[in-house]
Amino acid sequence: MRTAGVRPSLFPDIGARFFGYAGGLMLLLWDALRLIVTLRVKPSEVLRQAYFLGVQSWPIITLTSAFTGMVISLEAAAQAVAYGLSQLIGGSVAFGTLRELGPMLTGIVFAGRAGAAITASLGSMVVTEQVEALSSMGVSPTKVLVVPRLLACIITVPMLTVFADIVGVYGGFIVAALHAHVSSYVYWQSVQSLAGMSDFIAGLIKAAVFGAVVALVGCYEGLRAKGGAEGVGSVTTQAVVTSIILIFALNFAMSLVLFK
Amino acid sequence: MRTVLERDDRDPTQAAPPDNVEIRLHDVELRFGQKIVLSGCSLDCERGKVTCVIGMSGAGKSTILRVINGLRRPYRGLVYIDGKEISGLPERELIEVRKKMGFAFQYSALFDSMTIADNVAFPLHEHTSLTRTEIGKRVSEVLASLGLEDVGDRLPSELSGGMQKRVGFARAIVNDPKILLFDEPTSGLDPIIANVITDTIRDIHSNLGATCVVVSHDLNYVYSMADTIAMLFEGTIIESGPADKIRNSPNPLVQQFLQGSVLGPIPI
Ligand SMILES: Nc1ncnc2c1ncn2[C@@H]1O[C@H](COP(=O)(O)OP(=O)(O)OP(=O)(O)O)[C@@H](O)[C@H]1O
Ligand SMILES: [Mg+2]
Repeated sequence: MRTAGVRPSLFPDIGARFFGYAGGLMLLLWDALRLIVTLRVKPSEVLRQAYFLGVQSWPIITLTSAFTGMVISLEAAAQAVAYGLSQLIGGSVAFGTLRELGPMLTGIVFAGRAGAAITASLGSMVVTEQVEALSSMGVSPTKVLVVPRLLACIITVPMLTVFADIVGVYGGFIVAALHAHVSSYVYWQSVQSLAGMSDFIAGLIKAAVFGAVVALVGCYEGLRAKGGAEGVGSVTTQAVVTSIILIFALNFAMSLVLFK
Repeated sequence: MRTVLERDDRDPTQAAPPDNVEIRLHDVELRFGQKIVLSGCSLDCERGKVTCVIGMSGAGKSTILRVINGLRRPYRGLVYIDGKEISGLPERELIEVRKKMGFAFQYSALFDSMTIADNVAFPLHEHTSLTRTEIGKRVSEVLASLGLEDVGDRLPSELSGGMQKRVGFARAIVNDPKILLFDEPTSGLDPIIANVITDTIRDIHSNLGATCVVVSHDLNYVYSMADTIAMLFEGTIIESGPADKIRNSPNPLVQQFLQGSVLGPIPI
């Protein structure tokens, strides 16, 4: 039994936990990259996961990005029409969507939907000893469970982001046309002049990073699950919260670097 | 953290087993947090023999099997498999050791997203270069020998607990490993199937010369298949030897356990 006096202060505790967590994530990433580089990947399993995780998320992504594109357009239109600058509406929507909102929203929705699914399925495999069974056969759980999900997410999130970008900009167009009576020529002209290919590509790079974050955190938390169903539930919540925080933080960091 | 000092003060070569001992645990201590589960636990399993581990529920029997497989690392002590000390091996090297082992879990641990046939085929797909048809043939052979003919296409959740147990057993033996670890292979089975399982264990061991470690509560089956019986009590092997030696053991703990009596030195 430890006595209360021996207990270290709060801050080293948090520090140790933070670095322990970050270290654990990095080790898992390292282990997965080692397997990917040596080509120990089953493409069929990657596709199966990509399909499964992508299909789950796309309806929500369609809805959220359509409404977001629409609301930016609505706000921009209110300002623009008042100042006679309706040629800026399409550009503002596209600029915001391609660079920030498309990848961010996709990442966040994906964390909530696919990330939770990853953690729940791995967590339940841990508590029913299926992961131990894998290890006991000399098969690395990273190889069969983490690598396919990691690759699937890195592929899927950018694809969903392309989709979110298109839906968002179109949503913006519909509001601009119906609400602010902007002609389609003016809207699309404005999109082209203000937002370019580089914005689109940068958004996709962000999306791939978000995919990796969701997969890694989801797998890491799932493999940490303890106890029974309740343990699986708590790591699932934790995985979603952690991925979303990381997505916000990394989005800021990447905007800083990519859009200099 | 396990310190290097603790490791260095015992010489791994000194405890190294003779050639006829395939598995040796030497003075193993294992903890979960503060709780000490195994302490001073030493066990020798002879090559090509069946060793049964008996003991009370919660004594640490499943834990011993996990230590042998390398799934749990001892806090102290040494574990030899086939002459090689494994408790200090990195995970990557453990893989080679584990490929030679089959492990049937107490609660089956079947992959619930795969069909029964895929579950049993899994070790073959991972570790052999057999073709799909050869694998299919071997899988149905093993399933049939355990009385599971027509379940190959079903999912584990569609099977009864006893059937799942047999599938787990099939998955452990399918690639003819040199070392087999069975955690309660007969619990939850009807007497006929339980006999099939014990016969299978006997067969595997006489045909393939595999070394088997069987954890069981079922004394009748233990007597009928064990070459050596080891009794685990409070994390230590307190008695081990052939069935007769255990039956006639003067140790009151062993006697109480064998008779299943409520009165005696074992606290309940
Ligand atoms: N993952 C774990 N975390 C904490 N304690 C554990 C863990 N696994 C096992 N234990 C503890 O270790 C002890 C031995 O467990 P073990 O499963 O080896 O027992 P057993 O002899 O197989 O029992 P049974 O016959 O009921 O299967 C138990 O007291 C258990 O509470
Ligand atoms: Mg047990």
